[in-house]
Amino acid sequence: MSISNKHPQRDSAATEAMGGEELLVTGGHSFSTLTDKVSGIVETKTPPKWYLLFAMAVSGMMVLLGAIGWLIWEGTGIWGLNNPVGWGWAIVNFVFWVGIGHAGTLISAILFLLRQQWRTAINRFAEAMTIFAVICALVFPGIHVGRIWLAYYMFPIPNQMLIWPNFRSPLLWDIFAVGTYFTVSTLFWYVGLIPDLATLRDRATKVRKKVLGFFAMGWRGGNRQWQHYEKAYLMLAGLATPLVLSVHSVVATDFATSMVPGWHTTIFPPYFVAGAVFSGFGMVMTLAIIARKIYGLEDIITVNHLEKMNKIILVTGSMVGYAYMTEFFIAWYSGNEFEVFAFINRAFGPYAWAYWIMFLCNVITPQIFWFKKLRRSIPVMFVASIFVNIGMWFERFVITVTSLSRDFLPSSWDYYSPSIWDILTFVGSFGLFFTFFLLFLRFLPMVALSEVKGVMPEADPHNYHSEGGAK
Amino acid sequence: MSQTLGALARFTNPAELIEAAKKVRDAGYKKFDCHSPFPIHGMDDAMGLKRSPLGYIVGGMTLTGATVGMTLQYWVAAVEYPLIISGKPFFSWQAFIIVTFALFVLFGAFGAVLGMFHLNRLPRLHHPVFYSDKFAKVTDDAFYVSIEAEDEKFDDEKIKKFLSSIGGTDVELLVGE
Repeated sequence: MSISNKHPQRDSAATEAMGGEELLVTGGHSFSTLTDKVSGIVETKTPPKWYLLFAMAVSGMMVLLGAIGWLIWEGTGIWGLNNPVGWGWAIVNFVFWVGIGHAGTLISAILFLLRQQWRTAINRFAEAMTIFAVICALVFPGIHVGRIWLAYYMFPIPNQMLIWPNFRSPLLWDIFAVGTYFTVSTLFWYVGLIPDLATLRDRATKVRKKVLGFFAMGWRGGNRQWQHYEKAYLMLAGLATPLVLSVHSVVATDFATSMVPGWHTTIFPPYFVAGAVFSGFGMVMTLAIIARKIYGLEDIITVNHLEKMNKIILVTGSMVGYAYMTEFFIAWYSGNEFEVFAFINRAFGPYAWAYWIMFLCNVITPQIFWFKKLRRSIPVMFVASIFVNIGMWFERFVITVTSLSRDFLPSSWDYYSPSIWDILTFVGSFGLFFTFFLLFLRFLPMVALSEVKGVMPEADPHNYHSEGGAK
Repeated sequence: MSQTLGALARFTNPAELIEAAKKVRDAGYKKFDCHSPFPIHGMDDAMGLKRSPLGYIVGGMTLTGATVGMTLQYWVAAVEYPLIISGKPFFSWQAFIIVTFALFVLFGAFGAVLGMFHLNRLPRLHHPVFYSDKFAKVTDDAFYVSIEAEDEKFDDEKIKKFLSSIGGTDVELLVGE
């Protein structure tokens, strides 16, 4: 096979062809070297470091399973919940993990509809992150019901008691919204994987070829297939876009439809969505920086990609900051003393420490990305992304706990602290997440090969027409 | 008994594949396909393909999902298990929009994925093109035209000449059982 797709003086010519835009894939890759690079990751012998990390992740998952086992045996009394604070870390963690998922769908669906071609480098593992984050999220409401063997009450299933769920409740909306979100994200991810599984299949032999061939479904890359495939991808993006915006809006209504001061605000749905995207990009950034370093993907996930993600972090972080301030303004402007108290208590009451951690991490940290130099500095953005992750967890903690701990009757007010089981369950959920994520990195192509090839200048038929002439 | 199932020819880049597609189409072949590692812009027109009908499938599925969602909630809340909750009417449709929308999306997504599999006749683990040893490169960086033997114009002798004449290399007949 001596036929090369490499274009002479590719970089300069191609850059010109794209109207002076910077190349998405650097390092002079051809289609074939790109395939080798990404497929090679899952075809070589498993590195010992992977086993080490996997062992750590599985240990974390075991901690989660142990904590859940003890919870089922003993009941929700093992958690730090008390009388006014019935929603503790479990709900905080649920909202945290669902929120993280949103970045993956934003990258795969919304940026697709907006024709942001740079998304191709990061969409595969951002989508994987979405699916695993939603799995972690779904654990929490499941175990929070206390009597887990009755969890099927949440679903509209005919039962011997002839009772049905209440469809006017946001908690039931959540089941449908998050359940649909998980299913649609998984379908979207799998459809995206099919051509790349075919690539791996065509490089493999024996059993591996058969297994990959089964999942690639006999993909042949014919244009008669691509035609329907692209349409399906577009349709899925079109469906996932309103879905992702609705999912966190519905999560927000869990709070906003109640009468609790501090929760009962109409700003919640858009503010939750912005926060979700913000937290998700924080997590994508953390994972992307580590993965590109370990697997040497600097040519595919370039600093330009990271800079664009930092811009999204800056925008959504500022939206979150704006929402924090609007909440205070509206509390004051409403003239409602209970509402005013709820917010003053939030910033200066017993949980002021959590509020200011949140504020520093979510509002102040992203502002550093106004500066190009900081936006393109990998150590800076790595630290900032960790701050974003921490800050967004605290946001959900602040919202959930400060309002509940100061509810309607001062006689029932109480301070909430987590128990060791709350902490172990949360830490364990990271174990669950990384167990899935490491398996994904090991066995599936972490970059959407067919999509990245499709946005390279060589993929554009017009790139070849006028050899030597004006590009 | 072995027989010819089709023919394959390789082309060097997307632009050549598009040119080849036009020539194959103009020569009157119907059962041909252009294989590439990624979708190529403009190929549908070059091959003379009609618009994908997938949109109608998805449209039908979304409306089915929405209908199922609203009907389920109406039946549960107003017929089977009517309860007065916060003084709202039994059929409080405004509160039912969320679940209706979720099922709209869920059914639509299944319509998009399963509809795409149906239109592409997938899964199909056997196909004449897989008889070629070189064809595996198509998911890496190769561009191929395939013409099936079932095509009316297909002729073992002429097809090889034709594929070479439009610029194809590595021309081969696909022979299988």
